[in-house]
Amino acid sequence: MTDPIVQFTHVSKSFGEVKAVKDISFEVQRGEFFSLLGPSGCGKTTTLRLLAGFEQPDEDGGLVRIAGEVVNRKRPYEREIGMVFQNYAIFPHLSVEKNVAFGLEQHRVPRAEIPERVVKALEMVRLDVGQFARRMPNQLSGGQRQRVALARALVLRPAILLLDEPLGAIDLKLRKEMQLELKQLNKSLEITFVYVTHDQEEALTMSDRIAVMDNARIAQLGSPAEIYENPRTPFVAKFIGESNFFEGTAARGLGDRWEVAGGNATFHVPAQPGLQAGAKVRIAVRPEWMDVCLPETIPAGENAATGTVRDVIYLGEMMHVIVTLADGTDCTVALRNEGQLIKPLPWKRGDRAAVSWLPEDCQVLEEE
Amino acid sequence: MAGLRQRLLGFFHPRPQARAWALLAPGTLWLLVFFLVPILIMLVYSLMPRGVYGGVRPGFTIEHYARFFNPLYLEILNRTLLWSVAATLICLVMGYPLAYLIARSGQWKNVLMFLVVLPFWTSFLVRTFAMIFLMRDTGLINTLLLRLGVITQPIPMLYTPFAVMTGLVYGFLPFMVLPIYASLEKLDLSLLEAAEVLGARPAARFWKVTFPLSVPGVVAGCLLVFIPSLGSFLTSDLLGGAKQVMIGNLIQNQFSAARNWPFGSAASFIVMALVLVAVLWYLRIRDRAPAGVR
Repeated sequence: MTDPIVQFTHVSKSFGEVKAVKDISFEVQRGEFFSLLGPSGCGKTTTLRLLAGFEQPDEDGGLVRIAGEVVNRKRPYEREIGMVFQNYAIFPHLSVEKNVAFGLEQHRVPRAEIPERVVKALEMVRLDVGQFARRMPNQLSGGQRQRVALARALVLRPAILLLDEPLGAIDLKLRKEMQLELKQLNKSLEITFVYVTHDQEEALTMSDRIAVMDNARIAQLGSPAEIYENPRTPFVAKFIGESNFFEGTAARGLGDRWEVAGGNATFHVPAQPGLQAGAKVRIAVRPEWMDVCLPETIPAGENAATGTVRDVIYLGEMMHVIVTLADGTDCTVALRNEGQLIKPLPWKRGDRAAVSWLPEDCQVLEEE
Repeated sequence: MAGLRQRLLGFFHPRPQARAWALLAPGTLWLLVFFLVPILIMLVYSLMPRGVYGGVRPGFTIEHYARFFNPLYLEILNRTLLWSVAATLICLVMGYPLAYLIARSGQWKNVLMFLVVLPFWTSFLVRTFAMIFLMRDTGLINTLLLRLGVITQPIPMLYTPFAVMTGLVYGFLPFMVLPIYASLEKLDLSLLEAAEVLGARPAARFWKVTFPLSVPGVVAGCLLVFIPSLGSFLTSDLLGGAKQVMIGNLIQNQFSAARNWPFGSAASFIVMALVLVAVLWYLRIRDRAPAGVR
């Protein structure tokens, strides 16, 4: 049941010598909330601009399709897209209603229809029409501008809405609110959202699927759960959430497990297809999947490494215990805070301790 | 060095009011002595009877203002206004695309702006003389055209309205380019991208976004060309000869050859009134523009 509205096929884009996007392929399904997530300079904004039509792929740089049609050479105004810019790009010389009406006028929508559609769009983004329609942009707060930018894009009923880090400039509380609202608009309007962000939490909260980009390529593409719980590369494991890394050499296969000899410990990982004795193995383990115990009381069948407690950090709903292992690396274990006043953690700086985790919680990583 | 700095800071710091006045004083004093006082003197002169040997004699009269409304002078005023408006429009039509291209020329824009203001390195007088050498009957243009066989008779250019207009446009074009460039240069390009996604083709992007946002620069440029054109006398004197008199020549003549200072002052005030109207028009347009565009 696939109905791709956006298809990138081996798309590359260079600026002079710099390859901003290298041979990326992905599809976005109709109605999906699709995020491009990555650090600055990873190519996510270029990917969005390729989709918008501000940039064209290189010669022989692959194909960009919208609704099945190759749009490589089509200008932005020939694609049925809306876009919300990072700085909102509200026209400073036009009032709120004129900003929203701009696209309608350009598309030669009958004059009589325009006011009604403007009002509808403003209501859609929950801007009070009576209060805001005639205001000039410099009389609006950041959050209000953002809503105007959204209304201006949505009023044209685009098939795809592109959003370039739209929540970057507004405060945390409003950002959380807008995240939910955007998700709701995506579902209720049945418009495909392609969302660029460097904020992993934002991407996890809103997206149906996430493409994690690194160094001009897609490092991993999947649902938030797949990305978080099954990171494929060290970059993804590090960039989304926190991870502890262990390295070792594959020693021997034990049925559905492999034994790996590492610097801090010998541990077991789920069997991997094609894994051979002597191969280097790198795994990531999420802090909240680990536990801290005394070196003498490591649960049977669990992986473990011993060390010294370096710090215990109070985070509110979680507690972080940082254990320095034998080789000097730090391992962070996240424990639910069950009330430090009633039931304090028995660990303090300098204690001998072991970190333990289940073999199935090891994410065996690919080479980058 | 540091001690002096400390002492200066110590002097100003506890009294922000005193500091503000100290900073304002030189400019204020300068304008008071060299701008306001002469203007007042001129105002007084323009309302006094003319002295027998130049200057003024005691008394009060508005005859100099009345005298100005004489068909001969009105024709000069009319011509001056017409030429100033024409020079402004020609500068606008030529200067806007120039400013636009420079603002869009990336790493070259500083070099290009430098070239635009380069003529200011030599005196306006020298440059105007250079135009005489270009335009006279035996000048570069006519010689070249004659040699090439394009013409058989030299084209009369010098001492025609064409020469004056060319001189005005040449002299004031940078004053049009600079403010328009400034307003185009700070234009946020993502506004144009936003317009493009919203369906605006290149022409619509220009007329709906770029141009409205550059209006303050256009108006400033128009004033910077119109006002000095209105008062110019050198260009019309050197390139226009005796037949192409502008109001500036009239005024200059009253203060020099004619030795009629009161009438010259009155004419000056009439020109100033016209400039004031132009400035008020500018302020009205500027204040109508939203704050984000200023």
